Amino acid sequence: MKAGTNLEKVLESGQFAVTAEAGPPKGTNPDVIRKRGELLRSGCDAVNITDNQTAIVRMSSLAGCILLKQMGVEPVMQMVVRDRNRLALQSDVLGGVAFGIGNFLCLSGDHQKFGNHPTARGVFDIDSIQLIQMLKKMRDEKKFLGGDDISGEAPLFIGAAENPFADPFEYRVHRLAKKIKAGVDFIQTQAVYDVARFAQWMKMVTEMGLDKQVHILAGVIPIKSAGMARYMKSSVPGVSVPDSIVTRMAGTKNAKEEGVNIILEIIGQIRQIPGVHGVHIMAVGWEEIVPDIVGRAGLLPRPKL
Amino acid sequence: MITITKPKPFEEIKQYLKRSKGVYLVGCGTCATMLHTGGKSEVLSMKDKLEAEGKKVTGWMVIPTGCDPLAGKALETKADDINAADSILVMSCSFEVQTVRLYSPNKSVYPALDTMFIGKEERPGYFAEVCLQCGSCILGRTAAICPLVRCAKLLFNGPCGGSVGGKCEVDPGTPCGWQQIIDRLTTLGQLDQLEEIEPVKDWSTSVSGGPRQITFEL
Ligand code: SF4
Ligand code: SF4
Repeated sequence: MKAGTNLEKVLESGQFAVTAEAGPPKGTNPDVIRKRGELLRSGCDAVNITDNQTAIVRMSSLAGCILLKQMGVEPVMQMVVRDRNRLALQSDVLGGVAFGIGNFLCLSGDHQKFGNHPTARGVFDIDSIQLIQMLKKMRDEKKFLGGDDISGEAPLFIGAAENPFADPFEYRVHRLAKKIKAGVDFIQTQAVYDVARFAQWMKMVTEMGLDKQVHILAGVIPIKSAGMARYMKSSVPGVSVPDSIVTRMAGTKNAKEEGVNIILEIIGQIRQIPGVHGVHIMAVGWEEIVPDIVGRAGLLPRPKL
Repeated sequence: MITITKPKPFEEIKQYLKRSKGVYLVGCGTCATMLHTGGKSEVLSMKDKLEAEGKKVTGWMVIPTGCDPLAGKALETKADDINAADSILVMSCSFEVQTVRLYSPNKSVYPALDTMFIGKEERPGYFAEVCLQCGSCILGRTAAICPLVRCAKLLFNGPCGGSVGGKCEVDPGTPCGWQQIIDRLTTLGQLDQLEEIEPVKDWSTSVSGGPRQITFEL
């Protein structure tokens, strides 16, 4: 075991893992996190806390993870390289470990242009692959990137994202291989709507034997309305939504129910694809639906390890 | 290579010149002339605009190459007109602004343009940034395309998840630098070069290291 987190145990035991995502508030109220943690507690193995997602300032991921930890819910601490340099990233990892956080997710982050401070300077001191490498060094060598020794242990279960729907498509799998080389332990993918393309990507992944070296969790985002389907299709960089889904969402009276049906179908198909080790449900602002989805997908109760 | 400039808002220029009694105007015969931001006609229209605001313009010149040391000599030829002014408004890149400052110890020197980047005309009328002078060049590992200026996130190890159809997630009109690097390496049959993880950058040779300077034995 690298960090001995619940997520790591579930994945290492070979069971199909479930993670979910919770966004921190645009403010100071800790109850927002607590409420989301309570909703997600029984429906998944770990909860990601986003880090200034879409470049909009929110309560820090570290604080959100501590709040989850205090209520006995396992966090995944997301970290983007957009807002912090190598010093700040490492000190946040130390702080996270001090509070018992073991899962860390290394991301580039959406460009600051998309957020509420579009004129900010993007830090981008190191990139997400170098962040993975840095965390691995902290864990395995107990050394900072600069070479100094770290006092105490740094047990980290290192995650990253990958987007099978971005371009150049053929290169994507090589980028995954690069992340594995850097030391990543698990991957949460961008939301899968186009299952055929995802399956094609997974085929390349398994052909290269990469599924044996990293745990891949397929991302899903439940769609609430026809408007959201159209927005996801047209405005979210790197998300590919087939027309059939937009049409289905437009043609239904009960959009929420249809959205859940679609996600359940996608999860069902994903589970058939060799090499997929779990699902990551990003129900942004619709956390209450997650236990329902997980239950109807036949993934409850979650294992107690 | 050309230094790309664009005019500052006239309001900002007026703010700079608020306390000036007389202004001398300087343009540049090279980049700023080519881009129509600080050639003769732009200098003359600035003169008209300032005079319409009640400013006294004591004279003007377009230095053939504003960043060249010969700029000092050019300024000397107009010493009287310049001395009649208390500020110099430079309609050229920041190089010329600072060159003029070097030769004008007793005058306030102000920029009329924003210096945007050092670029290359890749096709007629289209200029793209080529280099931010980071001081530890990685072009040898990136197919001679600089990811520091061609990738909006300054990524060192391949494209982010927002690269779609060859375009950058930040702007559908901007090519994704990493797509360009991968295309070129593919053409050269050297895509395997990207399998190596690019080590973290030494930014100390860049602006992070403090003022950069060097002395050569001549
Ligand atoms: S790597 Fe540095 S020196 Fe080389 S082209 Fe890019 S910015 Fe310029
Ligand atoms: S889309 Fe391409 S250029 Fe834009 S940030 Fe991503 S990798 Fe860089």
